[in-house]
Amino acid sequence: MNYIVGVFKQPCVISVKFADGDTRKQATVKKETGQSVELPVFSSKDTISGEVHIVPAYGKKIDHLGVKIELFGQIGLSLDRGYDFTSLVRELDIPGEIYQHKVYPFEFSAVEMPYESYNGARVKLRYVLRVTVGRNFPSNIIHDSEFWVRNTSPPPEKINPIKMEVGIEDCLHIEFEYSKDKYHLTDVVIGKIYFLLVRIKIKHMELEIRRRESTGSGANTIVETETLAKFELMDGAPVRGESIPIRLFLKNYDLTPTYRNINNKFSVKYFFNLVLVDEEDRRYFKQQEVTMYRLDP
Amino acid sequence: MQNSGPDDISSTEEQEKWLADALALVQHHAFYMHRALDSCNLRDALKYSAQMLGELRTSKLSPQKYYELYMKTFDELRMLEVFFKEETKRGCTTAHLYELVQHAGNILPRLYLLCTVGSVYIKSKDAPAKEVLKDLVEMCRGIQNPIRGLFLRSYLSQISKDKLPDAASEFEGEGGTVVDAVEFVLQNFTEMNKLWVRMQHQGPAREKEKREKERSELRDLVGKNLHLLSQLEGVDLDLYRDMVLPRVLEQVVNCKDELAQYYLMDCIIQVFPDEYHLQTLDTLLGACPQLQPTVDVKTILSQLMERLSNYAASTPQVLADFLQVEAFSKLSEAVVKVIEVQPDMPLVGAVSLHVALLTFTLRVHVDRLDYVDQVLGACVKKLEGVGKVKDNKATKQIIALLTAPLEKYNNIVTVLSLTNYPKVMEHLDYGTNKVMAVVIIQNIMKNGTFIMEADKVEALCELLKEIIQDSDGSPALDELDEEDFMEEQNLVARLVQMLTNDDNSEMFKILQTVRKYFLKGGPKRLGYTLPSLVFSALKLVRLLQQQDESSGEDGVTFPQKVFQFLLQTVEALSVVPAPELALRLYLQCAEAANNCDLEPIAYEFFTQAFVLYEEEIADSKAQVTAIHLIIGTLQRMHVFGVENRDTLTHKATGYSAKLLKKPDQCRAVYACSHLFWVVDGRVQDGERVLLCLKRALRIANAAQQMASVTKGSGGTLTLFVEILNKYLYYFEHGNQHITNSVIQGLIELIVTEMQSDNTTQDPMVDSFFASTLRYIRFQKQKGDGVAERYASIEL
Repeated sequence: MNYIVGVFKQPCVISVKFADGDTRKQATVKKETGQSVELPVFSSKDTISGEVHIVPAYGKKIDHLGVKIELFGQIGLSLDRGYDFTSLVRELDIPGEIYQHKVYPFEFSAVEMPYESYNGARVKLRYVLRVTVGRNFPSNIIHDSEFWVRNTSPPPEKINPIKMEVGIEDCLHIEFEYSKDKYHLTDVVIGKIYFLLVRIKIKHMELEIRRRESTGSGANTIVETETLAKFELMDGAPVRGESIPIRLFLKNYDLTPTYRNINNKFSVKYFFNLVLVDEEDRRYFKQQEVTMYRLDP
Repeated sequence: MQNSGPDDISSTEEQEKWLADALALVQHHAFYMHRALDSCNLRDALKYSAQMLGELRTSKLSPQKYYELYMKTFDELRMLEVFFKEETKRGCTTAHLYELVQHAGNILPRLYLLCTVGSVYIKSKDAPAKEVLKDLVEMCRGIQNPIRGLFLRSYLSQISKDKLPDAASEFEGEGGTVVDAVEFVLQNFTEMNKLWVRMQHQGPAREKEKREKERSELRDLVGKNLHLLSQLEGVDLDLYRDMVLPRVLEQVVNCKDELAQYYLMDCIIQVFPDEYHLQTLDTLLGACPQLQPTVDVKTILSQLMERLSNYAASTPQVLADFLQVEAFSKLSEAVVKVIEVQPDMPLVGAVSLHVALLTFTLRVHVDRLDYVDQVLGACVKKLEGVGKVKDNKATKQIIALLTAPLEKYNNIVTVLSLTNYPKVMEHLDYGTNKVMAVVIIQNIMKNGTFIMEADKVEALCELLKEIIQDSDGSPALDELDEEDFMEEQNLVARLVQMLTNDDNSEMFKILQTVRKYFLKGGPKRLGYTLPSLVFSALKLVRLLQQQDESSGEDGVTFPQKVFQFLLQTVEALSVVPAPELALRLYLQCAEAANNCDLEPIAYEFFTQAFVLYEEEIADSKAQVTAIHLIIGTLQRMHVFGVENRDTLTHKATGYSAKLLKKPDQCRAVYACSHLFWVVDGRVQDGERVLLCLKRALRIANAAQQMASVTKGSGGTLTLFVEILNKYLYYFEHGNQHITNSVIQGLIELIVTEMQSDNTTQDPMVDSFFASTLRYIRFQKQKGDGVAERYASIEL
């Protein structure tokens, strides 16, 4: 599939075709504009190859100082303009002229792409193939084509259940249990909440999945938290001794693995937040971090 | 503890409005759901059905209104289920569907959808039924709101009831066994009951009563589970005994809720077969004392006993089982225990429990009098120290307790052998005791039960003593309604005739016993009760005479003893006092003695009669009646020797002449003439007859003169005619002293008197006289020996 970024009055149309573009898995990504686009998905160590097509505008020829393709990984925070952590270049053509449809094969073999693409609230991590047709004047013709990177990780060595007793003295005591502290993205959360003492009129209880994105470090750390899911677990007021089951299918939600200190720039963490709401709409909650990981499909 | 505003259940009007709104919204979402179903759009179907089900999340509706809403969505869900089924044919696996519906964020719609898909899932047999059921019933825990939870679980129960891995069901085997089915239903039942019980604590305390009413409306949702259990083919006695019943009872006992305990116990008793109850009596009864003290255990137990006794009645071959499991002793133990652990139980409760037990005993072990007595004994124990029962309802129950054996056996003799029967009766207050006594007597009369042993009679008298005699605490007799009293005493009198035995000495004992009790009855009663006793004794005398059983010891013959008894009995009447009655009885006895040829006794009776006449009978009218009775009786006596007879006749004649009114004197005197002329010929003293009649004539004359002086008129003429008739009587019977001239003279006298001026015409006397004359003429024409004698009379 062609992905075309055409600037109006561009002298040529540049497109990148991936070698296995028709069969490669696609990821649906939401852009800032709200539209969803489909991007081909790669993993680290994948060989990224394909062809660059340059089609000059009708009757025009392009003098250029050379054609190159770059692959770079970029971390963009909302305030600064981005930071490249990977950059590879392949020269495609020596300076010359293009006056007709020209095809350049390219290949980046076994590219190291340690970080996953990420489209967060404040942070974006993206991988781009940039084709540059060098010119002195007017400026270079640049075409970016993004692709998506997902890296699976081996299953964690040790998965522990989360078990905890919390409460407010003489008011509410609960014991909750999640089957694991680490989940893969299509996992199912199994668990239960056991009520040891209930002296408040609970209206309902829900499990929230929250994502916390932190950027910067030290005093400059900025934290952005989003609630990705609200899943009602219980309706009504339980009494002492009740145990309420939890079963939550994670694949229903748009989650990513946990990212820890990606390139010293940002982290993304996930939390389960158990919320009890009483009849006066007071909220009692307990938040627990869980680690998300991507399992080999 | 207050609910926030919108959660309050409000007035009917608002309820209607809320319901209408909710129904409209359900309709709305259902419309889009149908569109999605039509276009096979699974995603939209789930979305809209979840929205539709979201309406069930309301807290505003009362249970009744909520039920309407539930029914509406229930219908819609049926369509969704069909759609799911078709969806699986289109290649979507049920397992996938099962997961898919769980993505819904709100729990209530999620669980309704889960149950709906679960139904399809089981049906598809892609997974064992037991696994799916277990998952569903477990997941439903998420709904802790009582009303919503109850309806959700009721939905679960509804959609799953034809999919349980019951014995011989298509889901058995891979899908599990009946144990799994039972486990599922039990769990759902337990959870539903917990929710139901909890309902009472929701909301403000002031609305508790209303809530309890609403709660009661929902009880069938819970009870249905028990019904479901009872319908499982695979639940045999073993499974019921080892699993179903203990688990159900555990829940019932543990929920500690009055309403639930009563309802569920009742349910258990009603839905499961009697045979099971019989075999699990221990367990079932064991639960009863553990119920809350306020639970109406007596009704529960009563119902159980009623069912069991019906069972025994309808299938007599199970009686052996009843004996084998010792049903009676278990039930009676349970009754005792229940009463023990519920000290606050009102007396009526305790007694009615015994009534139920007694009814059971009478129906199942009718031949076991010891059981019946045991029940009564237990009740006596309970009543100990209570004294007379004042509580109206309890009294009614005691009556029921006493009536039951009476009506069952229809034989007081059987009932009398129950030693505890009178002890129970003692606890009735005076009025009720009497009513009961009347009932007992009526029962005896109705069934014609003869009470033939003296000790039984004694027991009966003891039983009826409130009616037979006064006791402490009974109101003064004159406070009682006269008519009622009369009726009661008449009944007692009638009772005497049922106390009879062919064996004479036993009969005599009976009489003595009865008298012992009757004599304590006080003057007012004696007048009613003694006569029948006297006649009963006289009957014995007659029998003795027929059988000629006159042998006796100490020179006193048996009949003599009876007469002594009679004498004492009649004497007792003197305290009443009822001299006229006593007099009659004496005369009756005298006649009986006469028939037995017992002169001294007959004489004694007459003496008593005369004494009474002299001392007690002062009223002139009564005297007239009495004297005629005396004369009549004396005339028939043949036992007396000349001397005794003379004494007595002399007395009688003397009394006659001393009557107050002349006409009475006259009549008594001419009646006395019969004392000297007994037709069979033993006593025929013509001279004294004539003397009597002449004396009567003199008195009549005197009366005539007195009448003409005081009133200026006759009216006593009839006396002459009467005397004339007497003359004719003796004339005919050959009394030589009555000659035709005497008669002739009297006739002329009468004619003269009639024609005299100061005699007013009395047609009655005229016709009386005329017919007398006609009689004489008739006799003259007859032409036999009598006619010859009459011939000399001229008219």
